[in-house]
Amino acid sequence: MSTLKVDEVSKLYRSASRNGGLTPALRKVSFELSQGEVISLIGESGSGKTTIGKLILRLVEPASGSVTFDGKDIAGYSQRGLREYYRQVQGVFQDPFSSYNPIYRADRVYELIREVYYKGVSDKDWNEKIEAALDAVSLNPGDVLGKYPHQLSGGQQQRLLIARALLLDVKVLVADEIISMLDASTRVDVLNLLVKLKRQGLAILFITHDLSLGNYVSDRTIILRHGAIVEMGSTEKVFGNPRHDYTRMLLSAVPELHKKWRHTPLGPAAVAGTGSAVIVDTAENGPDRSAVSDLAQASMAEEADHARHVVKRDLRTVFGGRRPVGSASSALAVALEPPALTEFEPGHLVAQPE
Amino acid sequence: MSVSVENLSVAYRSRRGDVTAVDSVSFALADGEIMGLAGESGSGKSTLGNSLIYLDQRMRQTGGKVTLDGRELPVSDGRAMRPLRMTAVSLVPQYAMSALTPTRKIGRLVTDLLKSHGIRDRDEVLAEMSRRIALIGLKEDVLGKYSFELSGGMRQRVTILLSTLLNPSLLIADEITSALDVSTQRAVGEMLLEFRDRKFVKSVIAITHDLSVLAQVADSITVMYAGRLAEKASTDTIVNEPLHPYTQALIASFPEVGVRHDQTTLTGIPGRPPSLADPPAGCRFRDRCPFAFAKCTQTPPFEEIRPGHHVACWKATKEEQAR
Repeated sequence: MSTLKVDEVSKLYRSASRNGGLTPALRKVSFELSQGEVISLIGESGSGKTTIGKLILRLVEPASGSVTFDGKDIAGYSQRGLREYYRQVQGVFQDPFSSYNPIYRADRVYELIREVYYKGVSDKDWNEKIEAALDAVSLNPGDVLGKYPHQLSGGQQQRLLIARALLLDVKVLVADEIISMLDASTRVDVLNLLVKLKRQGLAILFITHDLSLGNYVSDRTIILRHGAIVEMGSTEKVFGNPRHDYTRMLLSAVPELHKKWRHTPLGPAAVAGTGSAVIVDTAENGPDRSAVSDLAQASMAEEADHARHVVKRDLRTVFGGRRPVGSASSALAVALEPPALTEFEPGHLVAQPE
Repeated sequence: MSVSVENLSVAYRSRRGDVTAVDSVSFALADGEIMGLAGESGSGKSTLGNSLIYLDQRMRQTGGKVTLDGRELPVSDGRAMRPLRMTAVSLVPQYAMSALTPTRKIGRLVTDLLKSHGIRDRDEVLAEMSRRIALIGLKEDVLGKYSFELSGGMRQRVTILLSTLLNPSLLIADEITSALDVSTQRAVGEMLLEFRDRKFVKSVIAITHDLSVLAQVADSITVMYAGRLAEKASTDTIVNEPLHPYTQALIASFPEVGVRHDQTTLTGIPGRPPSLADPPAGCRFRDRCPFAFAKCTQTPPFEEIRPGHHVACWKATKEEQAR
């Protein structure tokens, strides 16, 4: 039984905009992903969710902490070890259009796999393998093989890439926003495909900002904010009984078909008319704050607060410009310390408010 | 009726002849209406929106008429449209995140806008602008910033602010929430409602592939399929009692919060929309439709079967409903 373990992983990015200051992208994130399990990793932009995927695929290195697969730290792999690792751990990303080289036919991605992993395999066996993989993702080989990327729909492209992963002995699939570029009518097909693969024993890390998609496919859910876990547990518990204010805020903002947002009714209109701007006296009729709902206000406050937060955690500030203040390692430790997680009920962890 | 579109057709020029992306589309918007326009990629929804304000070199209006506030809109004449853009009809373009010029500060974009439209009373417009900036929860200092210094949500709000600054009658909002986080999505959606309620814009066409966002902000929803209108009705009707099989399938494939794979298995719509270069005769959804029958080889009319509820489907005609 193979397990992927992410253990207290932190990651710092050097930001270009603030004179090379450091921004913590992940703060001691730990979780385990076992066979046949789908975890959805939900967070807004800048929460660090994509960074976790990249760390697992060893596309970036952690500042501290480790990712282990079957008990082995993946940081230690050299070329050959890494190749074997990629045989079992694969990723599919958000934009299928940029995963293909438009000059080559789409199935070239399979040829590249063959060159590295299946050099000795005969054409006949190889074709059978491809057909089996395409069958697993419900594609008809005649429809997709030999075509150029632009001749395929987004859903077909995305499924071809999943099939590419299946050509290997894949145990873990990192699926980073694989649904978000797809049309509504094909979205569900890809989601159902993930469910089918999970039942066959594949472990899937489903990275998304869309709570309803995450809820549909996953067994466990991790809510990520500013690089730290704020809530984690079985999907029913996190969605059914959210404990952290942030999770609740996210859930209340999800647009649903059958339930409307509560849009606060308005006072008298301050401005009227069309065609030209009609101006009403500023002094009394200033902007009516209450008119925009509390939640919208909260989200704006959140944005501003986040900016301040990052600046505060910016290590250059922590260090006080160029002068080292105190010990550098202790300042780093402070900046990377995530809010403590407490167990609300068995298997349902909630972070302290920050 | 503030907007009425009659039999509008728009074609793209291509080497293999014209591709009709919008095919004889007719609809009307009431004053203060936010109309959602939904459809898959390639359905022609963005082309329809763009054709009401902006025809690029590749687009050609091949028929129809657009009326805005009782006057015909010269949609096929770029020169005549120029003074009407931003004042009568305005667009928040798709990818609005990158619609702001990176080399100009936001304030400079505002002065450009005022200058190009020959607005005399700049101080008044600028004072109004400040009030709107405060209304949507931004700070005055955004005017002194470059677009890349703003977060995605702030950029989107600034773009809407600029597009609506001269109080256009019709605003075309193309995918204004799709690249945003849920909480920002909600803030932008509420901003749109707020601007409509305060009459900064008279009516809005909100184009998106995301029906759930439309369910929040739109008064009516129009569903487009392969260049034609499939169904138009109030938001409630579309969400709860859609009549067109395509709309029904779209609604059924939507994963709501709380729906899990082990309880309910949602299904997508098999197949792909037809190519518009050589569209099939008759109903264009025919090949993917579970209810298709012999008559579907003829083009169904886009018919008002109940007050305010238009459908283009032989299964949903008045006679069928009466049965």
